Amino acid sequence: MARVKVLFFAALAEAAGRRETYIEVGEGEAVGRLPALLVAAFPRLDALCANVAFAVNAEYAAADRALRDGDEVALIPPVSGGCDVRDHT
Amino acid sequence: MFEITREPIDILRLNESVARPEAGGIALFIGVVRDHNLGRAVDHLVYDAYPEMAELQMRAIAGEARARWPICEITMSHRIGRLEIGEVSVAIAVSSAHRLEAIEACHYAIDRLKESAPIWKKEVWTEGEAWV
Repeated sequence: MARVKVLFFAALAEAAGRRETYIEVGEGEAVGRLPALLVAAFPRLDALCANVAFAVNAEYAAADRALRDGDEVALIPPVSGGCDVRDHT
Repeated sequence: MFEITREPIDILRLNESVARPEAGGIALFIGVVRDHNLGRAVDHLVYDAYPEMAELQMRAIAGEARARWPICEITMSHRIGRLEIGEVSVAIAVSSAHRLEAIEACHYAIDRLKESAPIWKKEVWTEGEAWV
């Protein structure tokens, strides 16, 4: 088993009611499986995870990235930094 | 300097941090909170970020800019938390020997920051709110 830390931000943090959690997954489980695994504990995430990207240990990662014990995973909703939303809609 | 901060961004400090004797130009981009978006009146914004990763992204973007233009220094600061209309949300300063490189690198950096940095914005209107 691999114990991973999951970070929530923005709308996901509001839906989860917290900014981080820990979850046990099978060693080598794909990071892209995490939303489905988290929905049991955080049902309100279900509607928000369709467009999330993933970061593992603070670097963007493909959905098929294999998880290892101790990884820190961030669920990344579409980003919107800066000051002008017109060009990312 | 690459930072995610809860404190007001000090534009002069950013400017000074890229000043160099060999730099003949400094380009400074300042993003500020606007009072409307897509036809709605905005009351204030709330920014969230993954600070460790956002700062790594800033460093990576700075490296990309240095690979493309002969710039002297580049620095970026993005504020998080609640921001009122007119407050500075993001600032990027770039210095170079000649103006064009600084201007182009600054333009590149803000575009890249907006598309890749894990930073999010919630618009709060008088009648509701949404992460956009």
